[in-house]
Amino acid sequence: MSWLEYAAFVVTVLVLAHPLGTYLTCVCERRATFLDPLLQPLESALYRLLGVHAGEEMSALTYAGCFLSFGVGCAVLLFLVLMLQHALPGGPSDAYLTTPMTADLAANTAVSFTTTTTWQAYAGESTLRYLSQVIGLVAQNFLAGAAGLAVGFAFIRGIARQSSATIGNFWVDLVRSLLWVLLPLGLLGSLALIWQGVPLNVAPYTLAHTLEGRTQVIAQGPVAALEFIKNLGTNGGGFFNANGAHPYANPTPLTNFIGMLAICALPAALMITLGQLTQRVRAGWLLLSVMVVLFVGGLAVCDHAERAPPPQLSDLHLVGGNMEGKEVRFGIGESTLTTVVTSNTSTGSYNAQHDSYRPLGVLVALTFLLLGEVVFGGLGTGVYSIVMMALVAAFLGALMIGRTPEYLGKKVTSAETRWIALYVLTIPMVVLVLTAIAVMTHAGRAAVSLNSGPRGFTEILFAYASCLANNGLVLSGLDANNFFYNSTTMVAMLAGRYGLAALALVAAGCFAGQRRVVPSSGTLPIDTPTFGLLLLGTILLTAAVSFLPALAMGPIAEFLR
Amino acid sequence: MQQLRSAILSVLVLSLVTGGVFPLVLFAIGVLLFPYQTGGSLTLLGGTVVGSRLIGQDFNGPEWFQPRPSAAGNGYDGTASGGTNLAPDNPKLTEGASGFLGIRALAAQYRRRNGLTAETSIPIDAVTRSGSGLDPDISPANAFLQVTRVAQVRKLEESALRRLVAEHVVQPQLGFLGEPRVPVLELNLALVRLQQQAASAAQEAR
Repeated sequence: MSWLEYAAFVVTVLVLAHPLGTYLTCVCERRATFLDPLLQPLESALYRLLGVHAGEEMSALTYAGCFLSFGVGCAVLLFLVLMLQHALPGGPSDAYLTTPMTADLAANTAVSFTTTTTWQAYAGESTLRYLSQVIGLVAQNFLAGAAGLAVGFAFIRGIARQSSATIGNFWVDLVRSLLWVLLPLGLLGSLALIWQGVPLNVAPYTLAHTLEGRTQVIAQGPVAALEFIKNLGTNGGGFFNANGAHPYANPTPLTNFIGMLAICALPAALMITLGQLTQRVRAGWLLLSVMVVLFVGGLAVCDHAERAPPPQLSDLHLVGGNMEGKEVRFGIGESTLTTVVTSNTSTGSYNAQHDSYRPLGVLVALTFLLLGEVVFGGLGTGVYSIVMMALVAAFLGALMIGRTPEYLGKKVTSAETRWIALYVLTIPMVVLVLTAIAVMTHAGRAAVSLNSGPRGFTEILFAYASCLANNGLVLSGLDANNFFYNSTTMVAMLAGRYGLAALALVAAGCFAGQRRVVPSSGTLPIDTPTFGLLLLGTILLTAAVSFLPALAMGPIAEFLR
Repeated sequence: MQQLRSAILSVLVLSLVTGGVFPLVLFAIGVLLFPYQTGGSLTLLGGTVVGSRLIGQDFNGPEWFQPRPSAAGNGYDGTASGGTNLAPDNPKLTEGASGFLGIRALAAQYRRRNGLTAETSIPIDAVTRSGSGLDPDISPANAFLQVTRVAQVRKLEESALRRLVAEHVVQPQLGFLGEPRVPVLELNLALVRLQQQAASAAQEAR
């Protein structure tokens, strides 16, 4: 049984939440940390170089504008690197680069990696040069992750501040996220992966002469530079095609466990940061508890589905669960854990092929994508994913008892409600409309050739849900490298990244202008199990109303067949 | 305007820090501390690279412990990682297609090769393809089922081989992470050494 491993994981995330959350509070509020003597000189040097006035504050709109312009700038740079990669020196030999870097693939990849989606319509080892992987992708894994964390900080400030017209400075948040969080943790984590066996070289692909007298060519590269930060920044795109299933990318159960911790630890800790800065620490812990309930529920269903032997093969006397597409070193346990972690956190770093999962296993991953990444969520972006739902819950709860809705000390007035409603509607509108277009057009259907029936439909729905959630998980049976999917998934990624962040930031800007309300006897308490249940119900019902018909045509139909 | 300038500068400067300085620092420390790992954990035998400890490779002959079936290229292609991506109810997965063995055919082949009856239970990793197509491991049960065949072909003591397999079982890390497994390349390398020892012992006895 893998319950020991599951329990160890959840407990570790919860134990780390308070110390890490306190540290993130210091990073966010520019308070003293133990790293200051080392990093402050670098920080001020960077501000001078970038022309940033650290004391200058931004309105929510300016902040969102800087976030957008930085993202666009990064995407243009990455697009140029990819389009010009044939001119870059270094390996691997051209003979192995069999997938042409077309303009639509380069644009899709550029948008994908600058939105933390890291949806990959290509196979790394047969498409990219080492320098494209490092200067292009490693850099964007850091930068997109840091930009997400910056937006998370700004959103928290918006709720925490009183009568303020500003929510922080994007460039300061970006630089501090990199220097105080992603770079030091990235260095330590990457070294741990190398210790466990992840390679880091620029050697040509290795020619091995096997014991049986044949040859095997083994892809190499600066793998370790990417494989840890892809998880820490909640990006997820792997160096190789098989991503976290590849033994060079994820050689041991320990590297997998470290990777999953890297994904969840910071987003979970941000709930504590939120609680500390709004002076509602218990409300932060409540959000974390709701997340853990959903997380454990997903684990239980997925574990149960994958552990059962294939029913149509019962006459073959096979022992073990559904090991198609899974690695022996991870087994059912670490594969399931990774499915639930990655589908929840905007991180598509799978270690097993989800298209070979049982219908219920796929249903769990797809449902988490469609819930809007509320369990831990993406780095920084996860804060507003869950708080937006909590605001809806607070609104519903207040309606039931006939009071003005309040959350974390702020009134939810008609100004904020407009942005919250738009936020909640964006997810189903983009996912369902794009899925409908794909199903209705020949180009959309042509990509479904490997698996048919409900699974084929699920592959399409899953693709857009994943891209909107900036996740990057994929049911790889879908043939995604063509103009139709490269362009339509790009729309979903952009809407999920900039559309949702802009709405969240504008709402935060509205909250920042308010004074904090003193709780009275009429206030709906937001740190009780009752509110937890209300939030849980709101999350599940909102998704069910939007997506139940689509899910019924996909994994549910496949399960009932 | 000032923000736009900061945007352009930060894209360029921070890309250089994270995509240039960071990998170089990591490379310097990594190569210094872990030269074997950074090079890809390559396994040498008499000066030739026979593979990587971490990357699965094909062993087809009856004298070897055999790995799982693979969907990487034409099987264990180290430049084309990936799985079948076939859904569980896809008939191609269970019944096969032209040039592709389904699970039923793989199970029959495994039974035939290892002289097992139709009633013997088979560990499922022996008849399924991994996610990477480069899985270096098999389950201990899978390895033990292959002992009799390997012992017969190589004319080795079955009990000695059974001991060898048991010695090569890698237990879950820290006692609870992952599953018990047997790395196939390392087991086969040990097999070569065992045979050499047996041969030299026989020579001395004569």
